[in-house]
Amino acid sequence: MKMRLNLGAISEPLQSEKLKTGDWGTEWAFVDKEKCTACKICEQFCPDGCIEVKEFEKEKFAVVDYQYCKGCGVCASVCPKEAIRMEIKELFKLEVC
Amino acid sequence: MMKVVRGFYSVAHAVKLCKPNVICAYPITPQTEIVENLAEMYANGELENCRYITAESEFAAASILVGASATGARTFTATCSQGLILMSEVLFNAAGMRLPIVIANPNRAISAPLSIWNDLQDSMALRDAGIIQLYVENNQEAHDAIPQAYKIAEDQRVLLPFMVCMDGFKLTHAYEPIDLLDQSVVDNFLPPFKPKAYMTTKKPLAFGCYAPPHVYMEFRVAMQNAMDRAKDLMEKVFREWTEVSGRNWGGHLEVIYPDSKLFVVAMGSIVGLLRKVVEDLRREGINLGLVKLRTFRPFPVEELRSYLGDAEKIIVLDRSISLGYEGNLSIELKSALYGFSAEIISMILGLGGRDLSKEFLENLIRNAIAGKEASGFKGAKDFEEVIP
Amino acid sequence: MKFFGRGHGACPGCGLTTAVRNVLNALDGRCFVANSTGCLEIISSQYGKNAWGVPYIHSLFDNTAAVACGISEALKALKREEEGKVVVLAGDGATADIGLTLHGMFDRNHDVIYICLDNEAYQNTGHQQSGLTPFGESTTTTPAGKLILGKMGRKKDMVAIAIAHGSPYVATSSAVLPADIRRKVKKAAGIEGAKYIQIHCPCVTGWGIDGKDVVKVGNLAIETALYPIVEFENGKLISVRKIKDRKPVEEYLKPQRRFRHLFTDPRGKEVIAEIQRIADRNAEKYGLDLKKE
Ligand SMILES: Cc1ncc(C[n+]2csc(CCOP(=O)(O)OP(=O)(O)O)c2C)c(N)n1
Ligand code: SF4
Ligand code: SF4
Ligand code: SF4
Ligand SMILES: [Mg+2]
Repeated sequence: MKMRLNLGAISEPLQSEKLKTGDWGTEWAFVDKEKCTACKICEQFCPDGCIEVKEFEKEKFAVVDYQYCKGCGVCASVCPKEAIRMEIKELFKLEVC
Repeated sequence: MMKVVRGFYSVAHAVKLCKPNVICAYPITPQTEIVENLAEMYANGELENCRYITAESEFAAASILVGASATGARTFTATCSQGLILMSEVLFNAAGMRLPIVIANPNRAISAPLSIWNDLQDSMALRDAGIIQLYVENNQEAHDAIPQAYKIAEDQRVLLPFMVCMDGFKLTHAYEPIDLLDQSVVDNFLPPFKPKAYMTTKKPLAFGCYAPPHVYMEFRVAMQNAMDRAKDLMEKVFREWTEVSGRNWGGHLEVIYPDSKLFVVAMGSIVGLLRKVVEDLRREGINLGLVKLRTFRPFPVEELRSYLGDAEKIIVLDRSISLGYEGNLSIELKSALYGFSAEIISMILGLGGRDLSKEFLENLIRNAIAGKEASGFKGAKDFEEVIP
Repeated sequence: MKFFGRGHGACPGCGLTTAVRNVLNALDGRCFVANSTGCLEIISSQYGKNAWGVPYIHSLFDNTAAVACGISEALKALKREEEGKVVVLAGDGATADIGLTLHGMFDRNHDVIYICLDNEAYQNTGHQQSGLTPFGESTTTTPAGKLILGKMGRKKDMVAIAIAHGSPYVATSSAVLPADIRRKVKKAAGIEGAKYIQIHCPCVTGWGIDGKDVVKVGNLAIETALYPIVEFENGKLISVRKIKDRKPVEEYLKPQRRFRHLFTDPRGKEVIAEIQRIADRNAEKYGLDLKKE
């Protein structure tokens, strides 16, 4: 099939979402839903828009989208309840011998 | 309606009839009067659905039109010389973004030394930008060129900036009787600008994205293809214009005495004088033809080859030079006629407004045909350069 | 509908994207973005990988204000103004150095919200100095060496310049103050004319800081009075972010690689002392210190 090329390099919206940046970092953010008060501060700060307060049946708390989380730690640094901890990914937990 | 007007007015009036949405320019001699005339029309409420902006530079003027054109506005600017060169970063960009901005360029020499007078160096500097370039001979042709420029530039198959080049002062400030078009003629000829893709919150597209090596080249190919399509479309629009206006300006070229073996090739207002020169020289028994090149980009290679393929000698009158090489038009012509046997003599003349009289041109051509005039500068004085 | 997509290419912890997401949210995505060449453009607008969910245009490094004026005027001419506000997102280099079309925008007072994303150097091209690089910073074009300790010129006062132009609304903010950004952008959106908001955006790569420290460092810029958070309407100062216990500038400088030379070179002390005087003058000029009872 022939490649399609938009006139003048015009691009459709939000195509970046195809690119999963979740594998960029060595760490990921984890939310302790018990401590989380759903204040949404982390949401406003995350440079990658990948932590979001979600409503479940009985509870509301912040959820990280690991497809995109770059593990920068910004969210953890602003959470007033210390409900977010940064954890090194399994892949990097190699034992050095 | 026949009226004696000056060249700049013939352009401004035609622009008004095309109903642009955003006009933006910066004064520079001898362009200034074009935008002054438009400013006056704007101040008098003659331009509907239009915003006229006096920018703080030509660079800004062109940039404002990039934003406006991408938002779906029909746009116009006029500039020349230093102004055109100052715009150049933006104009290359506008072409790549495929924005059909229409530009009137009253050709003027480039500094240094500063000169407000005419030659074609300014538009030649933009040769590679992806802008369609049309050169006109007189003010009626300039007037007629504006609606045609919009029709061609805005066609979906083209979408490139369009520059109408007219000799500064020689045309812009000359009085000529002009058949000023009727609004209805232009309305019937030129459809409103309705781009398919433009900036709107209803469909949020991104313009001016950057292209990595795996795709950059294709965008340049696409521009070249658009130029090729423009070449065909222009012929069609030129013919259509003849039907609408009753005036035939020719195609990409106008060839006078095509059966000749000897030719003069030139662009712009000098052609008017050359018509008389050719008649007189023919009366002397010289079998001379004349090629008026109208379209410089896209360059009409096939047409030139078909008309000049059998020529023995071609005299190119160049009013600009690629310093370190030779006259711009000669370079182009030699490349187009590669493989043919015609001798091409390049005469660089008229730079910075240097006078070109009929006698001067006649002598040059006569001598060139007799083999007594080689390529080079014509009409320049002898001098010795010294450091003061 | 999202206004700025995930999957963009910014470094982890980049302040630009926090700022941008809050700007777009404040306008509910009803805006046209004109962006200059620079980090934000590169991380968001590769052909086919566009991150924007709002109409977006990138033209050049040096003409973004003018492009925005063109959009604004086209919307007026085409009677489409209700579609949204026109917003410039430009770097500090694009604003303070090469982007001279800013002045025409102010002069003619086009209806544009001009936002300068101030990461204090040309970060996209590898951390060269700009007019908004602060005194004493080591950049690749003002490197700290045996003779010279980084940039010896001052940070250009773009706020004063915008005010001098008669801009109806001029403010500063910071990527570490998302609510402040949103409030100021909303306010600017309600005012006709050419508005100017300068947002301090920590840059992990150029400043040499960790993502975890972005917010701390960004806040220290404010708490030391090196980045005054102010707001002007029609030239009148209407609000400042007060500082409770102003911190010495060392606290801000020390964690950042771009200022490290000030602590390793013995002459660094003098530079730090001068930076402290800059902070003191800022505090005095805008009345930043919260008076203790
Ligand atoms: C006319 C021109 N000169 C130089 C450049 C190279 N250039 C591209 S971006 C940039 C620096 C951008 O700095 P800034 O505006 O501060 O944005 P940042 O990347 O820091 O966010 C430079 C020098 C260019 N693109 N165009
Ligand atoms: S900042 Fe902390 S408490 Fe607030 S929503 Fe995020 S995780 Fe929950
Ligand atoms: S670690 Fe960074 S990218 Fe991941 S959720 Fe937190 S702020 Fe967002
Ligand atoms: S270099 Fe700095 S400004 Fe650029 S993307 Fe990285 S953190 Fe952001
Ligand atoms: Mg910068």
